[in-house]
Amino acid sequence: MLTLIQIELYKIFRRPRTYIAFGAIAALILIIQFGLKVDGKSYADFLMKDVGGTMEIDGNIINGYLICYIMLQLLLVHVPLLVALIAADMISGEANMGTLRLLLSKPYSRTELLIAKFLAATVYTIMLLIWLAILALFVSMWIFGVGDMFLMKSSYVVLISQNDVFWRYAGAFVFAALAMVTVAALGFLLSIFAENSIGPIVATMSIIVFFTILSTLNIPIFNVLKPYLFTTHLISWKEFFDLKVNDANEAIIGSIQNPQRIITSALVLLLHIVGFVGSAIFIFNKKDILS
Amino acid sequence: MQQIVQVTDLTKQFKNLTAVNQLSFSVNEGDVYGFLGQNGAGKSTSIRMMLTLIEPTKGNIEIFGMNLSKHRREILRNIGAVIEKPDVYKYLSAYDNLQLFARLSGIKPTRKLLMDQLEMVGLAQRADDKVKTFSQGMKQRLGIGIALVHNPQLIILDEPTNGLDPQGIADIRNLILHLSREMNKTVIVSSHLLSEIEQIATRVLIIDKGKKLVEGNASELLDPSQTIVELQTMDNVFALQQIKLSKWIDKLQGQRNNSIVIKLDRREIPDLHTDLASMQIQLLSLQPRHSLEDYFLQVTSGNQHVDTYTN
Amino acid sequence: MYKIFFLVFAFQTGVFAQAQDMTGLVMKVKAKLDQVNDYEADGNMKTDVSFIKAPIGKVKIYFKKPNKFRLKKEGGISLLPKGGVSVNMSSIIATNDFVALAAGESTVNGTSCKVVKLLPVNESSEIVLTTLYIDEPNLLVRKAITTTKENGTYEMEMNYGTFSKYGLPEKVIFSFNTKDYKLPKGITLEFDDNEKALTEAQKLKNKKGRVEITYSNYIVNKGIADAVFVK
Repeated sequence: MLTLIQIELYKIFRRPRTYIAFGAIAALILIIQFGLKVDGKSYADFLMKDVGGTMEIDGNIINGYLICYIMLQLLLVHVPLLVALIAADMISGEANMGTLRLLLSKPYSRTELLIAKFLAATVYTIMLLIWLAILALFVSMWIFGVGDMFLMKSSYVVLISQNDVFWRYAGAFVFAALAMVTVAALGFLLSIFAENSIGPIVATMSIIVFFTILSTLNIPIFNVLKPYLFTTHLISWKEFFDLKVNDANEAIIGSIQNPQRIITSALVLLLHIVGFVGSAIFIFNKKDILS
Repeated sequence: MQQIVQVTDLTKQFKNLTAVNQLSFSVNEGDVYGFLGQNGAGKSTSIRMMLTLIEPTKGNIEIFGMNLSKHRREILRNIGAVIEKPDVYKYLSAYDNLQLFARLSGIKPTRKLLMDQLEMVGLAQRADDKVKTFSQGMKQRLGIGIALVHNPQLIILDEPTNGLDPQGIADIRNLILHLSREMNKTVIVSSHLLSEIEQIATRVLIIDKGKKLVEGNASELLDPSQTIVELQTMDNVFALQQIKLSKWIDKLQGQRNNSIVIKLDRREIPDLHTDLASMQIQLLSLQPRHSLEDYFLQVTSGNQHVDTYTN
Repeated sequence: MYKIFFLVFAFQTGVFAQAQDMTGLVMKVKAKLDQVNDYEADGNMKTDVSFIKAPIGKVKIYFKKPNKFRLKKEGGISLLPKGGVSVNMSSIIATNDFVALAAGESTVNGTSCKVVKLLPVNESSEIVLTTLYIDEPNLLVRKAITTTKENGTYEMEMNYGTFSKYGLPEKVIFSFNTKDYKLPKGITLEFDDNEKALTEAQKLKNKKGRVEITYSNYIVNKGIADAVFVK
């Protein structure tokens, strides 16, 4: 099994395609960082325009912590594409290349092979997020420094103390990893049905875009569906950045407003992963390989 | 002689197509087993079932005396295969591909072993080149290298000469003979071309529309004493009458497609020729062929055969 | 200077005796505050505004005559009522051009105080009206309500401790009116149903905003570099 995982990882990381994702993330982040470094002040003014009505923000809100949050918000919507690029190719790509039949006539069971492949896709996904964390968080911290984190939500603003932020990012990245592994699992499941990788990649993205739109729409009839859509849960990493307040309306350092929501979302995502991968194994074991 | 493969009653039903229909055959140790049939006859489906790529609808496959579905792992560890096109990872080098598949086959290959293997298939010079730069023939040789790298007992080559030039075909033929004679491997080789099989096979199976047409030793099927002669005459009814009255009646097989079929020793043909003339039979053509060719022609011409042959 | 001003002021005023009395009181308070050329202090700042979730933060406060004021929060970001906090006691009565009117007596947290209304003479002054609750025996302002042109009305309540001799409070509570805060979800990229968050916000709504600063470790008249006040 370990051999299989090694081989799958070897295949992923020897492909040029794999590095497109890392390159894309690096390019995007560095451009945003450059822009904010050069013209961060006006961006901050833009951000604070609304809250400025009655309250004044003193200090520089553009620090590494806020920038990482902004980037996660922007990027995590697009990272699924980069995850799908590899995960939705895991089986279909081999079918397309013609290597699948040789691979499956080797002395490993299909279940083992699929699990190894999925774990390899998971490793890729996690490495992508580590890369994202290095660039979006650590490089931003290095370039812009650290400080309190000021966030504007739709109905309130949150100020998180400087030394209360980092662990939230640790949690957020772990959660984001879980969310992206869910995307990987979906892509992986779809990849067993096709003999080229474009179909499953597009299908994965379509499903995510479609569900995300349903999740975003604030129409009552769709609100009923929301808790059941996995896309609703993909962004629960944000819950790490909301504080509880006590009766005196003081934010409690080290608290999370809705820890239950994070747990629920994590469980929903885990169930999806198990469901997607389980279905993939079940279906693939019965499949005749004609590619 | 040990039986390496024993296939019984193998059937594969796709939605509305019976790709393989109650096929039974056996392969003995040391055989170069020729698996002949037209494209779409069910060769690949059968081979894929032997490699667990396709689940049989019915029937049983035993390899090395073990049931395939129960002992999949032990069996596959001892099989090397090239299935249709020899596709490998194009973004990896020949060496990397070979190493990867060697590990997948359960061995820990040394550099020497891998280089020896590449040397054997004539790719040592290109070991570090990416496969995407390879010609079809080189890919085919690499595919065979991969099939052999873990020193399997049984080698399955599905259409190994597809897309090769005459030199490439000859190379593959020699390689198969080498494997069989020098290395004592059992080889199953499928083809839709008789010429490829008849020069190397020790046993032959011909299938058509998923069904076995004939299975036999090549020595018998190619035996000159079992030559088939097809006669075309001006008047077949008259000719048949005359032949039935002659000493050739024992050798008469019957009639098909306006031809009279006689099975005889190749050396008897001049004699037959003389007799036909003396019987006033006006001969249009006399076509001798050994029985393997004859069977195969029936498949490729799509003709129904009147007679049932035994061997 | 003050005396000349005082005399001119005294003659101009209609309600002579009372006004003189109140102005005198304010001037005494001001004189007490004027002892302080500069100070720095540590503080704990608590923000209580319906739409703000902020923890209690450590701050450093710097002041230098005549009106340099700086509040530095550890971690860099503080949320303050617009134009509010810099309106500290010293700056409220830094200006000399005011009319002081007596407005009776009242008690603030059990201390009886004289109520004085200060009207700036200068038309362009940002402050429209300030009401001071002055603890006469101790010459301490216990409460101040300031109405500004741009930024609404602020209330400051002060508690004093060891530095009462300089007129420096131990605790200041600012109260002010807040406007509603709302951002479209599209901008904040939230797509969860914020039912809970809304009720939370609802609970906090219609409350006046409060900022509480508790001062400690005053360092008075030790000199502060101007650079500290540069943002």
